[in-house]
Amino acid sequence: MIKEYEQELFEVVGYDKEVADAIVRPNITYWKDAWRRLRKNKVAIFSMVTLLVIGLSCILIPILSRVDYTGQNVAMTHLKPGSQHWFGTDELGRDVFVRLWMGGRVSILIGLLGAVVSLVFGTLYGGISGYFGGLIDDIMMRIVEVIVGIPYMIVVILVSISLGKGLPSLIIALCITSWTGLARLVRGQVLQLKENEYVLASKALGASPMRIILKHLLPNTMSVIIVNTTFQIPGFMFAEAFLSFIGLGVQPPYTSWGAMAALGQQQMSYYPHELLFPAVAISLTMLTFNLLGDGLRDALDPKLRQ
Amino acid sequence: MAENMNLPADNTAKGQGQPGKDRLVEVKHLKKYFNVRSGVLKAVDDVSFDICRGETLGLVGESGCGKTTCGRTLLGIYEATGGDVFFEGNNTSTMNKQLKKDFKRNAQIIFQDPYASLNPRMTVSDIIAEGMDIHGLYMHKERQERIYEMLNLVSLNKEHAGRFPHEFSGGQRQRIGIARALAINPKFIVCDEPISALDVSIQAQIVNLLIKLQGELNLTYLFIAHDLSMVKHISDRVGVMYLGCLIELATSAELYKNPLHPYTQALLSAIPIPDPEAEKNKQRVVLEGDIPSPINPEPGCRFRSRCRYAKAVCSEKRPELKEVGPGHFVSCHLY
Repeated sequence: MIKEYEQELFEVVGYDKEVADAIVRPNITYWKDAWRRLRKNKVAIFSMVTLLVIGLSCILIPILSRVDYTGQNVAMTHLKPGSQHWFGTDELGRDVFVRLWMGGRVSILIGLLGAVVSLVFGTLYGGISGYFGGLIDDIMMRIVEVIVGIPYMIVVILVSISLGKGLPSLIIALCITSWTGLARLVRGQVLQLKENEYVLASKALGASPMRIILKHLLPNTMSVIIVNTTFQIPGFMFAEAFLSFIGLGVQPPYTSWGAMAALGQQQMSYYPHELLFPAVAISLTMLTFNLLGDGLRDALDPKLRQ
Repeated sequence: MAENMNLPADNTAKGQGQPGKDRLVEVKHLKKYFNVRSGVLKAVDDVSFDICRGETLGLVGESGCGKTTCGRTLLGIYEATGGDVFFEGNNTSTMNKQLKKDFKRNAQIIFQDPYASLNPRMTVSDIIAEGMDIHGLYMHKERQERIYEMLNLVSLNKEHAGRFPHEFSGGQRQRIGIARALAINPKFIVCDEPISALDVSIQAQIVNLLIKLQGELNLTYLFIAHDLSMVKHISDRVGVMYLGCLIELATSAELYKNPLHPYTQALLSAIPIPDPEAEKNKQRVVLEGDIPSPINPEPGCRFRSRCRYAKAVCSEKRPELKEVGPGHFVSCHLY
């Protein structure tokens, strides 16, 4: 039997609308959340610190050191690492320690410049191509394919022939070729995102295509862009090292890690340390960039992590 | 043009709606075709109707019949393949830049999926203010006040302004979507299945909010849905779509009392009755077969493959939308 309850037993307590709709959790933005996840990843944080140390050393050590990186001393060639020359000297008696950080500047410059060019140009190019689609997309993607089809080496050689060997040619060649990968990636993302209802809502509000690309599509591709760029930077640095190693890159008296490795390689049997230091610098930077990229990918896009 | 053979006469769109009210939106022979690999997908094929100021026109039909495409094409989100849309007497496809901007400001849309319709990287205040920013309506302090006003209008708090969409429930998100559409003072709103993605208790909340806002702000709705009882509740007039065509259009009382088109009859007989006895004795009209593909449809009546009254004329000529009673239009050779 259902027991009968008196009306008086009940009391309307009501509810406070403000409280019902309130959100208890503190306001966490996407970036705060990503940073929280990244912080938990020890390898990524270690890589980030290492990269910061390398970067700061490249900037500060050549300025603070009293030793000139071009200064030669024929009396003190091929010295072993010691208290006066920490990393020893090369065949012209130049201090390897200072030259190493000086060479790092070139590597970092190339890496960052490649990243900036591909970030700005590649992202916009891919965004426009993906958003407009159709004929515009077809034409823009064929152009990308033509550029991808020409090997980077050939572009460097062609630019070097017309402008002379050296850093400027290297940078120009890099600017021509670096952005294509990111452009393709962003295009793919935009193709997928542009069907979202928030893009249609923006269109219905009368937004211009540029506003939709910059405000809606690119911010939602940001994680992919950042991760891709972190993986691209070591690629650019490695390309520079390789080209300098075979003599197409940085010319003396300037130096880079690749050029130093090329010099060291000639003396490898007798003075292995001259190869060791630039080789370690290149490897360590590559490795830390890749590990940081992995960490960023996990932090920015938790769905990808298995 | 051979295609014109199947078109209804131009005057069919006239005389719709309630007398004495001016027409805010007039849709004339609207068509939207998509080119797909196997041919032409006729999502919306020659649809004409009017919407009067202050009324709610319901649009029902099963999945894939072109309701959503019709609403989006009407707003110019999709480019129409053919036909015209008149807003306050101006043709939206030929109007100048200023009028077009006004049209974009005056005609808004509320989407079906509250999880996909808000940009996850924008705060609620930026989402609501997007229309104002695009049209340069409110600046600085006014903008902030307007955002709070809108949040208040849809029963959200001021403190929600700095939050991101993922922190809200489905019903709250839908209210944010409504606030975004209302922030620029539109006259006409396409409600594209605004309640289908929400659970039932929230559905009532959103529908009541929409009705309340209509009264307060004198809005005109095109209410797209597949929930027939909800459409009956909210709409003044109801249009039924089947495979890209408008097959019946009447006031909601008339349509639910006296459905004429065989498809409408089948559709309405599917509404469950909240009474077990009545439900048991109900005569259900069950349609044979599946909905045909809208890709390269055959000429004649679209419904004839599933219609039990199909005659020879149905496969030859496409029926026109004709007025069979006062304000009751049907597109069928039976009438």
